[in-house]
Amino acid sequence: MLKISGVHTFYGHIEALKGVDIEVNEGEIVTLIGANGAGKSTLLMTICGTPRARSGSIVFNGRDIAQMPTYEIMRLGIAQSPEGRRIFPRMSVMENLRMGAITSQPQFFDADLERVFAIFPRLKERAQQRGGTLSGGEQQMLAIARALMSRPRLLLLDEPSLGLAPLIVRQIFEIIREINREQGMTVFLVEQNANHALKLAHRGYVLVNGVVTLSGTGQELLSNAEVRAAYLEGGH
Amino acid sequence: MTAVPSTSAPLVIQAAKEAAWTILVVGLLSFLMVGYQTEVLQGQQMSFVNRFGDVIWAMVLIPIGRFLLVLARGGLLLPPAVLGGIATLYLFGAAVLGLAGSPLYGQLPLPYDQPMVNAIFGVGAVFILAAAIKGQRDRRRGAQTLEMREAAEARQARIARNMSSILGPILIVLAIVIPWTPWGDRAVVDSLVLVMTYVMLGWGLNIVVGLAGLLDLGYVAFYAVGAYTYAKLSIALGFTFWESLPIAGALAALFGVLLGFPVLRLRGDYLAIVTLGFGEIIRIVLINWQSFTGGPNGLGNITRIDFFGLPFERNPAPGTESFHTFFGLEFASTHRVFFLYYVIIVLALITNFVTIRLRKMPIGRAWEALREDETACRALGINPTNTKLTAFAIGAMFAGFAGSFFAARQGFVSPESFTFIESAVILAIVVLGGMGSQVGVALAALLLIGLPEVLRDLSLYRMLVFGGVMVLIMLWRPKGLLAYREPTLLLHGRRKRNKAGVQS
Repeated sequence: MLKISGVHTFYGHIEALKGVDIEVNEGEIVTLIGANGAGKSTLLMTICGTPRARSGSIVFNGRDIAQMPTYEIMRLGIAQSPEGRRIFPRMSVMENLRMGAITSQPQFFDADLERVFAIFPRLKERAQQRGGTLSGGEQQMLAIARALMSRPRLLLLDEPSLGLAPLIVRQIFEIIREINREQGMTVFLVEQNANHALKLAHRGYVLVNGVVTLSGTGQELLSNAEVRAAYLEGGH
Repeated sequence: MTAVPSTSAPLVIQAAKEAAWTILVVGLLSFLMVGYQTEVLQGQQMSFVNRFGDVIWAMVLIPIGRFLLVLARGGLLLPPAVLGGIATLYLFGAAVLGLAGSPLYGQLPLPYDQPMVNAIFGVGAVFILAAAIKGQRDRRRGAQTLEMREAAEARQARIARNMSSILGPILIVLAIVIPWTPWGDRAVVDSLVLVMTYVMLGWGLNIVVGLAGLLDLGYVAFYAVGAYTYAKLSIALGFTFWESLPIAGALAALFGVLLGFPVLRLRGDYLAIVTLGFGEIIRIVLINWQSFTGGPNGLGNITRIDFFGLPFERNPAPGTESFHTFFGLEFASTHRVFFLYYVIIVLALITNFVTIRLRKMPIGRAWEALREDETACRALGINPTNTKLTAFAIGAMFAGFAGSFFAARQGFVSPESFTFIESAVILAIVVLGGMGSQVGVALAALLLIGLPEVLRDLSLYRMLVFGGVMVLIMLWRPKGLLAYREPTLLLHGRRKRNKAGVQS
């Protein structure tokens, strides 16, 4: 579904991604783990077209999207829950969800809303509340729900566990699993919380300083000695 | 009652320090501006008259006020309240005597010989009194917690919402009936036409600044485009107001797109500076393109507004009808003014209606989202450039309509009417009204345009009072008169008022 090959991305003169190859197949949850500054978010944003890849190709459903403007990429069936959630704080939950559906056909809105509220009943309770007044966990739910409102085929999640209590993190990951299982949604998940992410994912990649150093199934990576030493022990 | 709070000793010292600084500041500020007055002697000679007495008075009175104000803010009640109260009573009492023409007024010792200056000191005294009462109340309540502040904000939002929903219809009805009431004489309606023009401009700019969050300092350029479009079409091609209105709007919108296309990648301050430059470019082109725009002399003899083909002429050309002959009325100059008034009301209400509709449409929601977070918008598949361009073009279109109306009202346009200060006034209306609030913008226009008209009698002090009112509004309501955002979408169309009220 998504095939990233040989992607190099620069911030000015700094090379953030040094030739990354990653593949995400239909119906999978694929996770990308790595330390702070490894380039995880950069990769996710490069898929979305900001910043643009300087070289390499990003093929989504047979189309090279590497040089397309962001808003066109997002209309092809990719949706993103950005790092730091970036919901619209002064708009209500309903309006946020409406913004998510802005590129989809209006006649789907009611059904999509039902579907999203079934996954996040909490948001239905808060439908009229301003986005900025939600708790962190609720804001993360809103960010994912907003992304789902565009009826994507590929869901990109950037650190959904960021700044959330362990209990809420478990809840969010359970919801991701549910979305994948019940709706067959393909998910590409960028996470620092390696333990949770690898347990959830079918496959995973490890990114170190802009280069993929390891890949394998979630279970393989979880039991890999290097991964354990670097990302799992002594934390999370 | 003589129990002085234990913290009062440092407070007095602090107040004295501030008062000392105030002496210095007042001295520096007033030494040249108040201390010297230029006078023209016979012929062309100029000379100075010094007024150091006034400077000394200012350097005594103002620091006393400052001293009391600091005490009052620190929670000390008695001295500021008593002295402030006495000063208030004395100065306003004197003002009342003066207005009533009492001979006693001449004998009262007052700080200055101009009544207005004394009145300003009176306002200062009221301020001290109010600060003393507020300081005392804050003391009794203790420190404000975050929850209290949030609750207060929610209360303000609720009040603003209720005010908006009640005040809106009342204002519209009032605006419609006022020409038929005893107050609706020609001069008043004429002023109201001006106010309504700015209401319309405010609503138009509100789309750009309030909804889309694009700071436009050159809005008056589109107003000018509309005005000159009608002027040229009327003079060169004999178009009537109604025929050229859509053209003026379309042309202004086109200018909006032309300006917007290269600059809308810029954000915030950068955009503001470029729009400011654009406003100036249009004005300078109008001044220098003599052959087309008439240069600084402007364009005169523009056909005045007509009643759908019937002109408002006392003596219509033979064989044609005029408004009053057609309807068999006595000729009256008020016909035109009243008609202009209703035309601008309708134009303004159209602007308002379109804005309210747009807000509930995807494009309007995209504007608001863009104001909040452009990156997130792009990630949702919104093309930011096109979205901003539509906001710019639609805002410009309404300015074009208003400009066309302006030309039809005046019968004369010149670059002088389209200076930067106009843009600044329109922006001030939007900001003072509470960005995005339609009723707030209308109220602010009434205040900002109506107040100087009402204050015309104060001549010299007009702008001083005006500035003072603006400062007070910003102190009292930093987010604008009626800052409240009505949600555009409700769950299943149900109105959960009480619930939303508790939570918002």
